[in-house]
Amino acid sequence: MSPAEEQALRASARNGWLLSLPALVVLALAASGPLLIVVYYSFLTANDTGGVIRQFSIEGWRSIFLSYDIFEDRYTLADAHLKIFWRSVWLSLTTTALTFVIGFPTAWFIATRPPSQRALWLFLITIPFWTNLLIRTFAINEVIRNEGILNTTLLWLGVISEPLRIVYTETAVLIGMTYVYLPLMVLPLYATIERFDMRLLEAAYDLYASRWTTLRRVILPIVKPGIIAGSILVFVPSLGAYVTPRILGGGKKMMIGNFIELQFLQGRNWPLGAALSVLLLIIVMAALLVYVRVANRDRSAGHG
Amino acid sequence: MAERGFQISRLPGFATMAVAAFVLLYLPIVTLVIFSFNASNSVAVWGGFSLHWYGDAWANQAVKDATVRSLVIGVSASVLSTTLATLAALGTTRRRAYRGQTLIYVMINQPLMVPEVVTAVALMIFFGIIKVATGYQGLGYLIAAHTAFCIPFAYLPIRARLESMDLSLETAAADLYATPWQTFRRVTLPLLAPGIMAGAMLSFVISLDDVVITEFVKSGGQDTLPTYMLGQLRRAFTPEVNAISTMLLGVTVVLLTAFFLLTRKRD
Amino acid sequence: MGVSLADAVTISARNVVKAFGQGSGVVRALDDVSVDIRQGEFFTLLGPSGCGKTTLLRLIAGFEMPTEGTILLDGTDITTLPPNRRPVNTVFQSYALFPHLTVAQNISFGLEMLGKPASEVKARTAAMLALVKLEAMAGRKTSQLSGGQQQRVALARALAPQPKVLLLDEPLSALDLKLRKEMQIELKRLQLETGITFIFVTHDQEEALTMSDRIAVMSAGKIQQVGSAKDIYIHPKNRFVASFIGETNFLHGTAEAGAIRLATGERIDVPGLPAGGEATVSVRPEQVRLGLPSDGLKATVRTLVYFGTDTHCHLALADGTEVVARLQSPASGEAGLVEGQAVGIRFADGAVQRVED
Repeated sequence: MSPAEEQALRASARNGWLLSLPALVVLALAASGPLLIVVYYSFLTANDTGGVIRQFSIEGWRSIFLSYDIFEDRYTLADAHLKIFWRSVWLSLTTTALTFVIGFPTAWFIATRPPSQRALWLFLITIPFWTNLLIRTFAINEVIRNEGILNTTLLWLGVISEPLRIVYTETAVLIGMTYVYLPLMVLPLYATIERFDMRLLEAAYDLYASRWTTLRRVILPIVKPGIIAGSILVFVPSLGAYVTPRILGGGKKMMIGNFIELQFLQGRNWPLGAALSVLLLIIVMAALLVYVRVANRDRSAGHG
Repeated sequence: MAERGFQISRLPGFATMAVAAFVLLYLPIVTLVIFSFNASNSVAVWGGFSLHWYGDAWANQAVKDATVRSLVIGVSASVLSTTLATLAALGTTRRRAYRGQTLIYVMINQPLMVPEVVTAVALMIFFGIIKVATGYQGLGYLIAAHTAFCIPFAYLPIRARLESMDLSLETAAADLYATPWQTFRRVTLPLLAPGIMAGAMLSFVISLDDVVITEFVKSGGQDTLPTYMLGQLRRAFTPEVNAISTMLLGVTVVLLTAFFLLTRKRD
Repeated sequence: MGVSLADAVTISARNVVKAFGQGSGVVRALDDVSVDIRQGEFFTLLGPSGCGKTTLLRLIAGFEMPTEGTILLDGTDITTLPPNRRPVNTVFQSYALFPHLTVAQNISFGLEMLGKPASEVKARTAAMLALVKLEAMAGRKTSQLSGGQQQRVALARALAPQPKVLLLDEPLSALDLKLRKEMQIELKRLQLETGITFIFVTHDQEEALTMSDRIAVMSAGKIQQVGSAKDIYIHPKNRFVASFIGETNFLHGTAEAGAIRLATGERIDVPGLPAGGEATVSVRPEQVRLGLPSDGLKATVRTLVYFGTDTHCHLALADGTEVVARLQSPASGEAGLVEGQAVGIRFADGAVQRVED
């Protein structure tokens, strides 16, 4: 490489950094940087009046799993915490499964419309996607609550004699999360199905496969990258959900997000809240890492 | 529709499920909008058309304050994040890969990956320390937080536009005696404008919709529209909240439609 | 010929190397290229894709910098000068017309950047519009134009600032055949009218042969031969040039003084060939003459392919070597030959050219 070429390359890299720098500074101050403080706080001692005492302690981390019994002077499994964890994971997995069951036919339907219609159907999926999560949660709440439109209609039809009590149950949270995260499943599924070569179906049917076998043996394996992408996109925000369980779970059916809030806003135990935040972050990052791995493997294998 | 013979791409039950999904997706939103025009005090029984919930919302000083606050934060965050994202997009596209470029991508997209509640907690602690140290309690914290999480949303459409832009146009400008700055002013910027507008709109919508981070970062009396609504939801539901939601929904739909028209591929 | 203005060198590339990539993946797009391009000539860089012709053009324009070597413009070193400070303009393969500007604004862009007074900008833009016959389109957006019209705008835009050299990067490749023929004539007219040096890049040998004063045939990052169209066609320097420009037959054998002896034992006269070692000669198909089996090299007719004006006759020599003869089709359409027939082959005077491998 000639000196002039090297100089031009160096200048290009330097300019790249300089142009990106203002955005990086803001992100470091108001997004990434503060995450480190959370890690730091998770190793401090809790102050009973809220906040922390600057003294090293692993109590925050330990109390995620174990609770200290003053009367018996020993640690026991923190059942309440584990229950919230279990509920978060279970609800997130079920939400992912439900959005897939509803989202796959929807994505298939959009992808098999004539090309001129597809943009419109896709736009119809995108509007709820960008609509305020709070408004959507609020809207589904209006439908399922005791005096909501669902109960009113069913009572009027005489199907039920007294209102179904759905809100403030796990079912309500599940319905709510499925409702708000459905577009996140449909969009990546659509993107993969749209590239699916429909002639493969002709080949499968030609080789005596039934519709069900074709779905199982041809379609699903090929659109697997889209299924994984959609599942991660639904699972990750579900696990960290805050607004939906707060409104539909009504403080009783808490998920990790609400439990973290409880540790901070009610000033109960900051190190525990910080440890929970870091743990949530680790789980989410692990899920994303799996996704990146799978996506890269599929790409290098010549799919997608 | 009468279908004859074997439809190759049809899978049994899929169309029904899809139509059901669309109905379920829109039913709650449409219900919410309709009942915001309800004359009666119910969100389930129709009592005739009326705009009085909008009147009530407008007469409510808290709603007015929250609206102004939402707009101030939204406009500031959108202008700032779009400016920063434009510079970053210019710095990360269309040049030979350089050391640290991946780090820049990860930093910029980080708000999309970290659960909102974690960022919210982190900012609450960090800004809490600064609030104590400096005594400043203003909207600056919310604007900074919103700017940060809006950056990836502004960055993506601008970057997409830059990457689809014909590199030879700028080469042609340089060939026709334009200095690098003239090339940027006369060629790059005008061609990039739709992407920048799209980024600005998207980040405005994102800022306007944020609940979690605002809820954790705001000081006392700094409610935005969403956090005001969240507060109201703890009490009885009133169609007033429906009215506010409908207005927010309207703004979102208008901006999204504009966004799609701007980013639509020509020809 | 004495030293006249017409012989003055405008662009001179000296020992230019351009390498892309790093480490073991380095590709030499240009490998020690030296060439002088004279003022006012229509000079063509011809070669298959990947031969380095576009890279050389981009180095002259200043879009890229050479890894080694220098580029001179009128004797001044411009190797590292940025493109906006070189009096050189380019017609891009994709045209690269500014989509947000009108036809007239596209044409006046360069003049404005040079800071010319408004009156001059206006006058020159009008003159350019007239030159490419697009006066009626001045206010249109470029996306509303046909491919041929866009091509003219690109030409007018690049010519407007009156550059010393005009670079054309496969400008006709996007046009259909009929339009391409028209534009070839148009380009030649513009070059004669403006007197500007044109450096034209193409992979199309016909385009190169019909338009150029001189052609540089390139392959694998090197210039294989520079010369006029006739020069290169009649006296190809090596196998690559002979086969890339037109079609040809290669015959291989042992060099004897003034002749070559084939594997069949037959001899062909090659005036001036020194004795010793192996040698290859090239003969164009239209220079192959057929006669009675007793007359010349012994051969058998394998296949006859009818092309309208011509008929191609594929022949096999005694050792199986294939030779193609291009014969004019007689009025009846019958060549008077049948497959399997034994014939004799002779070559026209001066048609047998020795080529390097």
